[in-house]
Amino acid sequence: MTTTYSKGISRRGWLRWTVILSAAVALPGRVWAAVARPEAAFGATALDEALAALGDAPQVHEGIQFTTPDIAENGAVVPIRVGVDAEALPNVSKVSVLVEMNPNPLAASFDIPPSTEVYIETRVKVAQTCTLYAVVEADGQLYMQSRETKVTLGGCGG
Amino acid sequence: MAGRIKIRAQKKGNVTEVKALMRHPMETGMRKDQAGDPIAAHFITEVSVFHGDQPVMQGHWGAAVSANPFLGLRFAGGEAGDTVRVVWTDNQGGTGEGETTIR
Repeated sequence: MTTTYSKGISRRGWLRWTVILSAAVALPGRVWAAVARPEAAFGATALDEALAALGDAPQVHEGIQFTTPDIAENGAVVPIRVGVDAEALPNVSKVSVLVEMNPNPLAASFDIPPSTEVYIETRVKVAQTCTLYAVVEADGQLYMQSRETKVTLGGCGG
Repeated sequence: MAGRIKIRAQKKGNVTEVKALMRHPMETGMRKDQAGDPIAAHFITEVSVFHGDQPVMQGHWGAAVSANPFLGLRFAGGEAGDTVRVVWTDNQGGTGEGETTIR
């Protein structure tokens, strides 16, 4: 299959625009634009692939507080919390949570408008002992923080 | 199949803290039943939280969010008596909705 892309716009940039434009068409009248589901990132089956689908390589940032249990007895219910210090890292618009060894590493992604505090609590499934990543987007740049969680009983229910 | 959501919204200083508990199996599609047949994927894909008619968060979920999902968040503003609404849709076209007032 040969595909040509117009000059001056990368393949990823082109994909991004397609997603943004289709969202704009699908949701007319929405004041808040950041509602497109990151399908490519959700479909990724490896961590690197999922991270690449979210954007350019994230940098570790200390302003992100990522809390996970050190040891999870039940991988099916692992409580996690992502908070961001707004002074250290302002203008965060997106928070994603990835679980390295899951069949699809991206577990959840949240779009956050400016008036909402960057603070998310939820529970995810973790298939086996591995590293969990909290990736946030601020001004188009990705930042992350990671934590390892040991799982004594897998999250896939057998 | 419309699911109910338990929600609590509480004003703490300048922020409103929302906690929502949804009822949903969150099947990954990778498990098999006792007969060895695969169980169809069934999970919440989109969840939105509104303060009045203003969106305060939109979540995109994969199957890796735990069954009967819990979601906690905080937004600025909000007064006692304001409504907070949580709406979800799943990959099989199901929806769920819950509403509460800020305390």
